[in-house]
Amino acid sequence: MSDDSALDVMGLSLSLGRLEILDAVSLSLRAGEIVAITGESGSGKSMTALAIMGLLPAGMRPSGQIQLDGRDMLSLSEREMCRLRGNDIGMIFQEPMTALNPLKTIGDQVLETILIHTESSKAAARLRAAEVLMRVGLPPEKYSLSRYPHQLSGGQRQRVVIAMAIVLRPKFLIADEPTTALDVTTQAQILALLKDLVRQEGMGMLIITHDLAVVGNLADHILIMRRGKVLERGPTKQLFAAMSHPYTRMLFEASSHQVSLPPPPPEAAPLLQVCDVTRAYQLPRKGIFSVAQSFRAVDNVSFTLRAGERLGLVGESGCGKSTLTRAILGLEPVQAGTITLNGAPVWAGARPNRVVRRNIQVVFQDPYGSFNPRHKVARLITEPYHLLDAPLSEQDREAAVSEALVAVGLSPDDGGKYPHEFSGGQRQRLAIARALILRPELIVFDEAVSALDVSVRAQILDLIVDLSTRFALSYLFISHDLSVVRSITDRVMVMQAGAIVEHGPTDQVLVQPRHPYTQSLLAAAPRLPPLPKRVAQ
Amino acid sequence: MRGSYTLILGAAMTLCFAAAALVSFIWVPFDVTLVDIPNKLQRPTGQHWLGTDHFGRDLLSMIMVGARTSIAVALIAVGIGILIGVPLGLLAAARKGSWLDEMIMRANDLIFAFPSLVIAILITAIFGAGAVNAIIAIGIFNIPVFARVTRGGALSLWEREFILSARVAGKSGLLISVEHILPNLANLLIVQGTIQFSLGILAEAGLSYVGLGAQPPLPSWGRMLADAQTMVSFAPHLALVPGGAIILTVLGLNMMGDGLRDRLDPKLRGRPV
Amino acid sequence: MLRYSLKRLLSLGISLVVASLVIFAVIEVAPGDPARFMLGINAQPDTVAALRAELGLDVPKVQRYLAWVGGMLSGDFGISYTYRVPVGQMIADRMWVSLPLALMALTLSTVIALPVGLYAANRRGGRGDMAVMGLTQLGIAVPNFWFAMILVVIFAINLRWFSAGGFPGWDAGLLVGLKALTLPAVALALPQAAILSRVMRSALIDILSEDFMRTARAKGLTRQQALWRHGLRNALIPVLTIMGLQFSFLLAGAIIIEQVFFLPGLGRLVFQSISQRDLIVVESVVMLLVFAVIVVNFAVDLAYVAVDPRLRTQL
Repeated sequence: MSDDSALDVMGLSLSLGRLEILDAVSLSLRAGEIVAITGESGSGKSMTALAIMGLLPAGMRPSGQIQLDGRDMLSLSEREMCRLRGNDIGMIFQEPMTALNPLKTIGDQVLETILIHTESSKAAARLRAAEVLMRVGLPPEKYSLSRYPHQLSGGQRQRVVIAMAIVLRPKFLIADEPTTALDVTTQAQILALLKDLVRQEGMGMLIITHDLAVVGNLADHILIMRRGKVLERGPTKQLFAAMSHPYTRMLFEASSHQVSLPPPPPEAAPLLQVCDVTRAYQLPRKGIFSVAQSFRAVDNVSFTLRAGERLGLVGESGCGKSTLTRAILGLEPVQAGTITLNGAPVWAGARPNRVVRRNIQVVFQDPYGSFNPRHKVARLITEPYHLLDAPLSEQDREAAVSEALVAVGLSPDDGGKYPHEFSGGQRQRLAIARALILRPELIVFDEAVSALDVSVRAQILDLIVDLSTRFALSYLFISHDLSVVRSITDRVMVMQAGAIVEHGPTDQVLVQPRHPYTQSLLAAAPRLPPLPKRVAQ
Repeated sequence: MRGSYTLILGAAMTLCFAAAALVSFIWVPFDVTLVDIPNKLQRPTGQHWLGTDHFGRDLLSMIMVGARTSIAVALIAVGIGILIGVPLGLLAAARKGSWLDEMIMRANDLIFAFPSLVIAILITAIFGAGAVNAIIAIGIFNIPVFARVTRGGALSLWEREFILSARVAGKSGLLISVEHILPNLANLLIVQGTIQFSLGILAEAGLSYVGLGAQPPLPSWGRMLADAQTMVSFAPHLALVPGGAIILTVLGLNMMGDGLRDRLDPKLRGRPV
Repeated sequence: MLRYSLKRLLSLGISLVVASLVIFAVIEVAPGDPARFMLGINAQPDTVAALRAELGLDVPKVQRYLAWVGGMLSGDFGISYTYRVPVGQMIADRMWVSLPLALMALTLSTVIALPVGLYAANRRGGRGDMAVMGLTQLGIAVPNFWFAMILVVIFAINLRWFSAGGFPGWDAGLLVGLKALTLPAVALALPQAAILSRVMRSALIDILSEDFMRTARAKGLTRQQALWRHGLRNALIPVLTIMGLQFSFLLAGAIIIEQVFFLPGLGRLVFQSISQRDLIVVESVVMLLVFAVIVVNFAVDLAYVAVDPRLRTQL
């Protein structure tokens, strides 16, 4: 492998009808170098990657030049591109759960890259596949080549995808949001692996990510993109120091957005009390005669949320936080323990308690799936009125809708629109309006900002703080992301394998964690370099 | 939009036959019971646009009256499928994983093992042949079809967050099924309904052909074909006319179904063709 | 894997029991006493009683049901009311026409549909695809028995390549028998092939948009290679489901097609029996048809396991 391999993109443009997807994008990548493209959704960063691979959706023809060691890839025939993919340039995708063929063993899938490009014998290829799987952290004695993808976790599958991409030692690797779908600890491992591969094998890597913090620790060069254009580029340190484009500065500030929460009322009465709650699920039986095992999704959890308090709940996927949320919302009964609001149980006998439900409302993650597409906004946000004992008069209803919409920064006229007329951030505002309309005592934010772009996320966080000041809200803020929880909560709980392993004031837990799991979470979380003084003013 | 092309053409063809069936109630060119032996087995003429059969009956009139039978049988059978199948599917989805869900789905599987022809055979064995048999036989077979489609669609909706929100708002499974699930399944059910309607017309023709469906003197396309069988070598129009009527109706319905799916299914909308 | 198979086997057993109960109950409520029907209206009451005893009609219903099911399990389907010969023998003779016919049609429809679906998916949106979609749309709309009549006119009456109907029996030679079943099988298969081609096409098109197909392309596989190596087997899962469902349509269709070609199969037997009120024959043939459908669907369930490794470990 020559060390002077080069991938140069010059004036790459792409349009679909009148829509400009890419506008004169240029970048260059050398062996042993990591270049990152970052930007919010719709910036064209993934399209750039697909254009380089020649894998754009059918009917899209880019213009400009993409040169690999001086050879223009855009003028290559499809057959020549096939010879190049996997051989000279490897690619890794975002979603490891679906990136592998579910019907073929991982060994065969890694093997395939070798067999289609080289004359190597099957036995030799098998040896090389085992070697590469070992290299990416899947030693064959533990993870046999004959395993199927569904027998591996998301992080392990991503390792297989990486193995497939690097097995022929390509000169360049393109990684499209390679860790977005993974937990922080897994993300840190995969990023470390990628960095190590680049350094040791002398590959050049183009990484596409929306996460500035990931970029800061990894890339040598950064390109900031918005709406198909490169706004700013440069070596990482210089770019972070200069931030000459206002959009870059905005992205940077939004990524580390800190809100200022008013102090909580001192020594208020307990509002939500969760006491020794356990929720177990039956696992399918392994053999015909073996005893059915159960899995404790929530294992003996207790905590108290006081009136006016803003409590955070943090944990990785599968830790049981969603199950706990559902139990608190009264959507699922628990097997043991009690959940009470102001002393009244969430479940009254076999039915959920209406009075309690009225006082707990929720905002979910997905701004697009949260509303029935066939109803108008006014009807959607007044859905919680179903919990009232007597229906409101038409006038009171309209007044409440207007008030709620105005409170979340929308216009009273928006009540007559359908949800598809709103952007993702606006829909999340609607979801908050729906949660507010009954003036509940507690709002549960279930990953409520996780699906949003950073700039929108910052706005929604500001809105939450603003509302909590105006309405003296108490809330439970559930997130997988430590950096979000940091400023929006007074107190935080860390959950692992169904149990709360650490809790305490947010500042304390996130600065001086005591439990090893919290420590590992914090260590794994990518961190932005400190904001330059000039910018912070 | 290729989709709207097929939709318009399909709807036009379907409407043509529906109109013919309706018009036949007030007017047909000739009385379908009128036997006119001197004019038997005529090829299409100025007087008999589609010719006459072995009794000299006017084929156009018989096709028009036969459309009545076909459409009525298929429509009622689809109605039975929707009225019973859709609530069952909604119920099974609302109680996913419960014994009720299991029971409904097992019963569905069981009905699938009885093709409508077999059901028709059984019914005929008890009550004798008739158009009602065809309705019941095809209708029963439609129940599991709609139950499955409804359950499948409803299950994916139940996972969505707007259903969770409705549950947080304290709404019961029944209310959520009616208010949130059913309206969002309407498109799916309309498309499936069109498909089942066309299958119903084919099934009715088959049953009448073997003598398990409509009985004389009620004209039906399937029986016209059965009568034509022995004469097809010297009077091919006897088979071509009712066969063409069946094919065009079914084709029209299927094209309409495809067009509707392209038009209504947001998942397919905007997908490059 | 074993657990999955056993679970399927159990549900197969339950389905068969319930199906047999339904069929038995339906035939039970049928009006008219077979013995009286056989002997005519003027028969003496004691003659009727004697015949009832001979046919086993005088014992309680539960016992009769058990005897019927037990008999079928040991291959004894009872005695035909009309012909006084074992029903099992009658069915066995007819089966040798109906079963090969259905199998020939299934094979033919699969052999036609899979390549056609593959071709259309490959040329999605192109002229070839449009032509296939148009033809299959037409194929679905054609009633198979009408198509059979047209085939007879063209290939038997005009071209004289095949006989217009009847079945010489397998004793006349395998080829002679197959030739007699060719037109009926084609008539049965083509409409089904139209449906299956469309299913194959849309299954492949769905698979083409899967993430792992993009991964395969990023490895350097050509479109064709990716389709053959990764697409086909994944598309097989929905195709298998439809093939299982189609079998019941083919059986039912075979019964109707037999009427067009005057084939001495199960269809002829069942219609004859209905008109002669030979209910024991109707009951047994229906049970046999339902049995075939249930068993084929069981086989399809097992085939899923062969195709999909996720089912092997999950259950």
